[in-house]
Amino acid sequence: MTAPLLDVRNLSVRFATEGGPVTAVQDVSFTVAAGEIVSVVGESGSGKSLSLLSVLGLHDPRNTTVGGAVTFRGQSLLDLPARQMRALRGRDIAFISQDPMTALTPVYSIGDQITEQIRAHEAVSAKAARARAVQLLADVGIFAPADTAKRYPHQLSGGMRQRAVIAMAVSCNPALLIADEPTTALDTTVQAQVLDLLRKLRTDFGSAIVLITHDMGVVAEMADKVVVMYAGRVVESGPAAAVFNDPLHPYTWGLLGSIPPLTGARPRRLPSIPGAPPMVGRVPAGCAFAPRCPARMPICSTEPPRIGTADHLALCHLSAEQRITARPPALVPA
Amino acid sequence: MIATILQRLIQMAFVMFGISVLVFLIFFATPGSDPAARIAGRNAAPETVAQIRHDFGFDRPLPVQYALLMKRLFITRDLTSFVNRGQKVIPQVLDAMPATLSLVIGAAVLWVIGGIAVGLTAAAMRDSWVDRGLMIVALIGISMPVFWLGEVMNLLSQSRFHDTWLFSWVPGLGYVPLTEDPVGWAKALVIPWLTLAVLYIGIYARVLRANVIEAYSEDFIRTARAKGLSEGRVLIRHAFRTSLLPFVTMFGLDFGALVGGAALLTEVVFGINGVGRLTYQSLQNLDLPVILATVMYASFFVVAANAVVDLLYAAIDPRMRA
Repeated sequence: MTAPLLDVRNLSVRFATEGGPVTAVQDVSFTVAAGEIVSVVGESGSGKSLSLLSVLGLHDPRNTTVGGAVTFRGQSLLDLPARQMRALRGRDIAFISQDPMTALTPVYSIGDQITEQIRAHEAVSAKAARARAVQLLADVGIFAPADTAKRYPHQLSGGMRQRAVIAMAVSCNPALLIADEPTTALDTTVQAQVLDLLRKLRTDFGSAIVLITHDMGVVAEMADKVVVMYAGRVVESGPAAAVFNDPLHPYTWGLLGSIPPLTGARPRRLPSIPGAPPMVGRVPAGCAFAPRCPARMPICSTEPPRIGTADHLALCHLSAEQRITARPPALVPA
Repeated sequence: MIATILQRLIQMAFVMFGISVLVFLIFFATPGSDPAARIAGRNAAPETVAQIRHDFGFDRPLPVQYALLMKRLFITRDLTSFVNRGQKVIPQVLDAMPATLSLVIGAAVLWVIGGIAVGLTAAAMRDSWVDRGLMIVALIGISMPVFWLGEVMNLLSQSRFHDTWLFSWVPGLGYVPLTEDPVGWAKALVIPWLTLAVLYIGIYARVLRANVIEAYSEDFIRTARAKGLSEGRVLIRHAFRTSLLPFVTMFGLDFGALVGGAALLTEVVFGINGVGRLTYQSLQNLDLPVILATVMYASFFVVAANAVVDLLYAAIDPRMRA
C-alpha cells in the first residue's frame, strides 16, 4: 500500500481560555488517499471543522496549540515554516468554507479574487490568470462566466457564490480539497448540484476531498470513507459501506437512525439522540457519549477500548454480542 | 454615476437651503430680541439701528427678510460689519479661507497617513506590547487639549529651545501665504499641522484598529488565508479595505467641521488668521454679520464634505452602488 496523501495521527487541539487550557480535539487519526472522498461527520461542536482547520494551519496561533502529527505527501505540516505552509495552502490543499455568503471579500469582483489566488502561486500574467479564472467559472457550471467574473459577490445567488468559491478553490489544481459543510447554507436542489460538481471535480482534477458535514445523506451519497467524530474524538471510522451496513458505535446508530426512511410506513417521529453533546472542556471521563447512549453500562465511565478491525474501528465497550442485543430494532436496516 | 452625482448635488442644495433658513430664523426671528439692535452692536446710535431696520427689511414679513439677507450674502455681497465700521464681511471670510484650508489640509494629510500607519501596525501586532504601547500613546494624544499642546509647542519652539538646532528654523507665529513664499508657508505651518493632527491620529488609529480586528473575525479573511496569501496582503487588501467605510465617514465629518471653523483653537494659539479666528473675534465683539457669514460658510463645508464622502462610499464598496 502506498503512503496516503494526508495522514493525520493523534491530532489534538487545545485552547487557552481564561479558565485554563481546554482540549477541544483529542487523539484524532485518519488518512486520505489520493483521489479519495473522506467524510468527517459529527454534530456542531464535535471538533470536525477545527481539526481540519488546524491541519491547514488556519487556527489562531495565539490561543490554540495543535499536537500530534500531520503528514502531507511525506511532509510534516505542523512544524512547517509559515512561508512554506502558505505556499502549500491554496495550491496543494484548498479550502471551501461553509457559508458562501460570507466567504468572499465583498469589495472585489469574483474574477479578481480567483486571479489573486492564481497569481499568489504561479508566475503568470494578469491576463492569463484572468482567462483561467473565466475558464474555471465555466468549468463549475456558471452560465456566462466572463460576465460573472466581473460581478461582485453580493450580486450572485448563494449557489452561484458557492460555485465561485469552488472554482477559486480548484484554481491551482489542489491535490486535496477540504470542504467544510459546503452545502449546509444552500437549498436542497442547489445542494445536489454542488455535490455533483464536487464529484465531477474529483474525476476531472483528481483531487482528494475531505467533506466535513453533519448530513448523513450527503455522506451516503459521496463518501468512500467515513470518520465519525463526537466531543472532539473519532468514535468510529471505516469504509463508507462498512460504517453504513454494520455501524459499531451507538452514536453512529443514532446518526443513521435520524435519516428519514424512503420506503415503508412513515414513522410518527424520527428517532433522535436524546440530550446534547457535552460542552468543550466539560467532557465526562471515559466514553464521552455514555450519558446519551442507549446501551450505557457501568463500565462506560472508563476509557473505551478500540474495537473492530484495523480498517473499521470504533471506540466502545460493547462486545459483538452485546451490540446485537443493544441496538434498537427500529434502527436495524431492513 | 453622473446621475448619482447630480442627485447628490440636488440633495446638497436642499440641505443648504434648510440650513440657511434655520440660521436666518435663529438670528432674526428669535422672540424677545431686536435683531437690528444686535446687528448694530453695543452702544449704537438710534439712527444706525433705524437704518439697519430699514436695510434688512425688519419692518417687512419674514420671507422678504430672508430673501434680502440671502441677496446680501450671495448676490450683492455687501453685508457690512457695524462693529468694525463699514468693513465688508464676505471678502473678510474669503481672505481667511486660504489660511484655514492650508492648516486643515496639511493636518489632514498627516493624520490620515499617521492614523493608518499606527492603526494597521497595532492591528497587525494585536495584543502584543507594540499594540498596547501604540494604543496608550494614541490615548495620550486624544487626551491632550489642542490649546494646551499648541501653547507647549510654542513655548518649546519659540522660546525655550528656539536657539538650539532643533527649533532654530521655526519662524514667528502667523500665516505666510503659499503664493508669496512656499518654503516659508510650510515652515510656518509644520508645528500647527502636527499639533492639530495629534488628536486625530489618536482617534483614527484606535477606530481603524478596532475595525480591522473586527474584520479579522470574518469568514472572508479565512478564505484569503486559505488561498495562501501573505499576512501583509490579507491585512491590506482584505481586512483594511473592508474597514475603510467608518474611517472615511469620520474623515468627512471632521474635515468639513475643521475647514468650517472648528480649527479655531489651533488658529488662535498659532496666530493664524483663518476662518476660526475670524469667528472667534466676531464672537468676542458680538459682530453679528460676521458670525452669520462664518456659520453659513461652515455649514457649506460640512455639507459638501459629506456629499463627497457619500460619493466615496460608492467607490469603496460595490454594495453601495445603485
